[in-house]
Amino acid sequence: MVRYFTRLRMRRIYKWGGRPYIFDRKLKSYGFEYLNMSVEGQEAVTTVTPGQYILIEGNDDEYPFVAKLLKFFGDESHKQKKALVQWFLRLSEVPQNKKLLLGRSPHPQEIFYYLGRACDNEINAESILGTVDVQHVPEDTPFPEPGTKDTLYVKLSWDTKAFNVLDPVLMQDTPASTPPKPALPLFPPCASPTATPVSRGPVRRALPTPDPTVMRRAGSVSDTRATMSAGKRSTLEAESIHSASKLSASKILSAKRRGSAADTPGVRKKLQLSIGASPGKKMTRADVLCELLDEEMESEKVISLKLSSSVSHSLQHGCSLSPMRSGCKTPNGQRRFPWKLSSISLDRLSPTALGEQDLSSDLLLAVIPLALEDEVFEAGLPTDAGSANTPKKRQATPRRNYVREQKATTPSRRKESAMAIRKPALGVLAEEDSEDSPMQPIALTPRSKRKSAQLVSLRIRKQLNLLDNTQELISDGDDDCFVPSKKDLQSSSDEEKTDSEEETRGRNCKTSVRTPCKTPSKKDLQSSTDEGKTESEEETVVRKTRGRNCKTSVRTPHKKPSKKKDLQSSSDSEEETMVRKTRGRNGKASARTPCKTPSKKVTPSTPRHATPSIPSRTVPARQPGNILEEARARLHVSSVPESLPCREQEFQDIYNFVESKVMDGTGGCMYISGVPGTGKTATIHEVIRCLQHASDMDEIPTFRFIEINGMKMTDPHQAYVQILQKLTDQKVTADHAAALLEKRFSNPAPKKETTVLLVDELDLLWTRKQNVMYNLFDWPTRRHARLVVLTIANTMDLPERIMINRVASRLGLTRMSFQPYSFKQLQQIITSRLNKVKAFEEDALQLVSRKVAALSGDARRCLDICRRATEICEHSTSHPSSAGLVRMNHVMEALDEMFSSSYITAIRCASLQEQLFLRAVIAEFRRLGLEEATFQQVFVQHRALSRVEGLQPISVSEGLAVCQRLGACRLLLLEASRLDMLQRVRLNVSQDDVLYALKAVRD
Amino acid sequence: MSKRKVKETHMPVGECISQVQMILRERFCHQRLPEKPVGMESQHKHLLELLRRTAVHGESNSVLIVGPRGSGKTMLLNCVLRELLEVKDVNKNVLPVHLNGLLQTDDRIALKEITRQLNLENVVGDKVFGSFAENLAFLLEALKKGDRSSSRPVLFILDEFDLFAHHKNQTLLYNLLDVSQSAQAPVAVIGLTCRLDVLELLEKRVKSRFSHRQIHLLSSLSFIQYLDNVRSQLSLPQDFPDTNFYDEWNDDQSVVDVLQRHYNSSKDFRSLHLLLMLALSRVSASKPAIKPTDLLEASRVCMVDSKANILHGLSILELCLIIAMKHLNDIYEGEPFNFQMVHNEFKKFLQRKSHSIHNFDKPVVIKAFEHLQQLELIKSMDSSTAKIQKEYQLMKLLLDHSQIMEALQKYPQCPTDVKQWAIVPVLET
Repeated sequence: MVRYFTRLRMRRIYKWGGRPYIFDRKLKSYGFEYLNMSVEGQEAVTTVTPGQYILIEGNDDEYPFVAKLLKFFGDESHKQKKALVQWFLRLSEVPQNKKLLLGRSPHPQEIFYYLGRACDNEINAESILGTVDVQHVPEDTPFPEPGTKDTLYVKLSWDTKAFNVLDPVLMQDTPASTPPKPALPLFPPCASPTATPVSRGPVRRALPTPDPTVMRRAGSVSDTRATMSAGKRSTLEAESIHSASKLSASKILSAKRRGSAADTPGVRKKLQLSIGASPGKKMTRADVLCELLDEEMESEKVISLKLSSSVSHSLQHGCSLSPMRSGCKTPNGQRRFPWKLSSISLDRLSPTALGEQDLSSDLLLAVIPLALEDEVFEAGLPTDAGSANTPKKRQATPRRNYVREQKATTPSRRKESAMAIRKPALGVLAEEDSEDSPMQPIALTPRSKRKSAQLVSLRIRKQLNLLDNTQELISDGDDDCFVPSKKDLQSSSDEEKTDSEEETRGRNCKTSVRTPCKTPSKKDLQSSTDEGKTESEEETVVRKTRGRNCKTSVRTPHKKPSKKKDLQSSSDSEEETMVRKTRGRNGKASARTPCKTPSKKVTPSTPRHATPSIPSRTVPARQPGNILEEARARLHVSSVPESLPCREQEFQDIYNFVESKVMDGTGGCMYISGVPGTGKTATIHEVIRCLQHASDMDEIPTFRFIEINGMKMTDPHQAYVQILQKLTDQKVTADHAAALLEKRFSNPAPKKETTVLLVDELDLLWTRKQNVMYNLFDWPTRRHARLVVLTIANTMDLPERIMINRVASRLGLTRMSFQPYSFKQLQQIITSRLNKVKAFEEDALQLVSRKVAALSGDARRCLDICRRATEICEHSTSHPSSAGLVRMNHVMEALDEMFSSSYITAIRCASLQEQLFLRAVIAEFRRLGLEEATFQQVFVQHRALSRVEGLQPISVSEGLAVCQRLGACRLLLLEASRLDMLQRVRLNVSQDDVLYALKAVRD
Repeated sequence: MSKRKVKETHMPVGECISQVQMILRERFCHQRLPEKPVGMESQHKHLLELLRRTAVHGESNSVLIVGPRGSGKTMLLNCVLRELLEVKDVNKNVLPVHLNGLLQTDDRIALKEITRQLNLENVVGDKVFGSFAENLAFLLEALKKGDRSSSRPVLFILDEFDLFAHHKNQTLLYNLLDVSQSAQAPVAVIGLTCRLDVLELLEKRVKSRFSHRQIHLLSSLSFIQYLDNVRSQLSLPQDFPDTNFYDEWNDDQSVVDVLQRHYNSSKDFRSLHLLLMLALSRVSASKPAIKPTDLLEASRVCMVDSKANILHGLSILELCLIIAMKHLNDIYEGEPFNFQMVHNEFKKFLQRKSHSIHNFDKPVVIKAFEHLQQLELIKSMDSSTAKIQKEYQLMKLLLDHSQIMEALQKYPQCPTDVKQWAIVPVLET
């Protein structure tokens, strides 16, 4: 089965189903009961009805949008197909910066009920990909086991601002539509155990498939094949699924066998087109009927097989056939018309069917021991085969089971629909269920054993989990191929009976596996019941399926004769090819991972291949002991914060910029300016982190991130060397590197990733000819470069100031400037860093942030002051542990330390002669009216002053020494000292400051 | 004075004296760290705490120690390091790297030195391989690979920090400070400088990465404390063998005066040590104690005006030229003069006033003039000396009038007419 009909693979055809009713008179829109969708060239028809959860085509094939279908409507011409939906969000659709609001790690299958208004809830119905199962999980209960991987879970709602607990009422219609559920006590118990064994694909497919399989094609087919008796259809429903899958699978198989390396979808399409066309035209009705009958037999057998042998033969028989039979036997008002025909077909079948039933029951008896055997057999396989195809086979088997299960499902569903009327059917079902339960362990064990046994497949398995979707698509095909073949085998039961043990064994495996698969069937039931809220709805579904069945059944004959045997024989090889395929895929995936890793860890190749490392310490670093130490560690600039508060807008802008470039595979430049300490580099790193994460989740293509810093290189041309080294690990000279990079960025290359280059401290890459900058900005404009250049510098007008026109022009106008933080932002930054570590008084924090915001808005400064304040606080008390909160006075002290000018203290602490000299300088300045004097002039003043002060005048040499000392402290600015007495003296402090300091001294 | 050595019985005086001299010289020449830094307890505690956190917790830090020359910055740091390394945990855990702005005059040399001291893997023997760019990349990579908990903390001690700020682009400072602000190997960057305005030297992006911790060492000692210090500096340690007794501080007024004068001029200990060193060197077996006169003499030596001393060694002719220049300075109010002018002035003096001095040939006078220039008593004002004839080069006198007069007073056997001329210029007729 095809999991999602993705846009790339095939064209989908949508048709309205059911009777249109007028939905809005004014707009002349009509509502429809359901929508049939099929893939061109394939018979599989999926029916979507309101109330179901659907997948909607989005940007991401892997993760289509999820929504709940509310209503279908279209215009008069039926051309436009619209649907009203209630959206659900995956976490990946939540903006990056809000993801944290979730406050926990999301479940991979988790979705959120969307309460926002931003999204149009009217969609084009033709963008529907398929259906999906969604379960509401109450807030306090954990997510179900990963076994049901393909079910999506809703726990919370998202209103674009916050996650809220989802009101169960919103999800209510799901349970509301399952009144039949209690009527079938058998299903719930069997559901959970069966769900677990089928850990991967099957369930998921099983869930969406019910709609496709059950409700498939009905509309269109019934139209075209009006001649077909409805009854027949109904009876054949069960098979239709197999046959359909069989068909497509066999087609694929054959296509593959033809040796075409082409992709399956394409081949499939082609084949199906040809095949699909022919039966419709050529088939006579009789043929069709014959075929149908054959299939019916098969289906019955399958069903009977499913049932345990312990049940009496007759009962078994009855139960196995119960859906159809019941339908025909007790034709009630509703069903009369369809079932009648089916009974006819049954009649025809009956002799053979009965015979087969015996056979099948026998077979079933053999199944249980054989299943055990099978387990061993499979475990042994890997050693035999040595290749990786065994795991594959195993994986294939469950899926096969699943398919069969579906077969089982369909009848059961039918059963269910008829259930209200039919009690015996229920009883039978119950028995069936009880039968199943003993078999479950058998089904389970092989699986688990397999897992342990498959050393080879371990890797594949991992990959499988990763590549769930794609792989399943393939394996689906595989299943399809396989199942029909088996069925065919069965249908040609006469031979089979006498078949060799191996064959039976093979079959047994299949059958044994079948049991676990029942779960999906049950689920299907549930879902179908859910979906079909009313009986009538259910009926329509049945009708549809019937129609579908005819169609498929019509086709089956064609294929069977031609390919049946081949199929079977080739099934193994087919599987093998599948394995190879997946392996190839794995290979690809694994190939991808390595190329991602090197980008991160670039080992510099230094001369002599020395590894750069600082010796490691002998004693491990001590962890922070008390609250103040903890706070200090958190406040250190180096500690990476969980999030970057106050830069959301910038983050978003940069994120969008880079993401769009990465997605488009184009290039571009961005210039980011801002004073130091405003979070430019940190924001970009955060963006890259998020993008890396997104690309790890396969939401965006992979890319490489390279960072260079103008300050961390000795020469602008080293930029080339560093870029090349980080890209390719080559170590070449600057010129050579430039040439290589030029080549790399201007030539197309297969599988080229986008490169994101961060150039920090751009202004230092300035050269006279500006060729480094020119190249950096020119490369992104090349067609094949796929280079995104983010540049950072401090000045806003750097492009205008230092760049020549052609460089500035290439840089473009994508600019952003980081404003200095306001005090509120600074406060928020500190608070978020402290993260509930209570170490500061609120007022103290405010003081720091206000002070810093007033001076520079530099977050680094702010954090440093806070750290210093914690130290002061710690030292203020005798016991470091007893230190309380950091208070106002501590912060004040730290601020004083960092911001107060030391000049005044220095002057106060200067010696007497030095102070005198400073006074002399000022006196001389006043006399001259200039801010400059020679030492000679000042010294005259100095001498006079010292006489006034009653000090012994000092000699010129001493005076010069004093002057030099003051000059060394930069209280005075001096000329070169070799000018001796002629050197000019200026003050480096304002005269007022000097006078103030000196006055204070004298007082 | 402060320390009176008393002859003791067990040891000959000479040996005692040599022991005393050794101890005190070690002290004065800064070869031994004091037990405890004086007058900077809080700074000491701050720095010790800071470095201890780097060593123990792996917290990166940066700090500047600022103080005037001779205020004990290096001494403080060394005391702290000594104390730090005494802690057992820390002992083998830190890698100190000492750099000096006067030695590592550019980043290339500094990088090599860092790599060498860290003994990274691209060091073979004493040689560091690789180009400048490679070294930088290597070091940065090494630091980047480290992390807070596992790498050894590196203490970068940058003496003459301000000189590093003059390196091209301040690459080294940027990178060191950047490491100290990012989650890389723990480092402590300790800068020592005497410039109060050192932060203004830093580029703003470098400045932003500096933590703005400054430890100021500004001595605020009062004179009493200063005297105490002198006393303690001169006293012998308790465990001095045999003769070890403390004498009363010699309360000689002259000593106090000397010290007061010194204190006024400069509060730092280095100059004091210089003074005491001079006094100490006068101690001998025959004169086993420092006397006030020794100190006075030492002070005189310290305070002496070097220029005046040079003047004493000049010939009469040269002195006459100086006097002529002084008069020219008076006449032209400090404007530069050339040889011709000086020569004319000198000839006037010879013709009018001189009785004792004979006429000199012009080349002789030029020679004398050049000698003065070599002594840098006069200084040429033009940068381009080649073009202009020696006689006409503009010169300036680098002497103060007082210095000249003082020198004349002390000049042995200076002719009175010359002295007279120095005071009264030859007037134009």
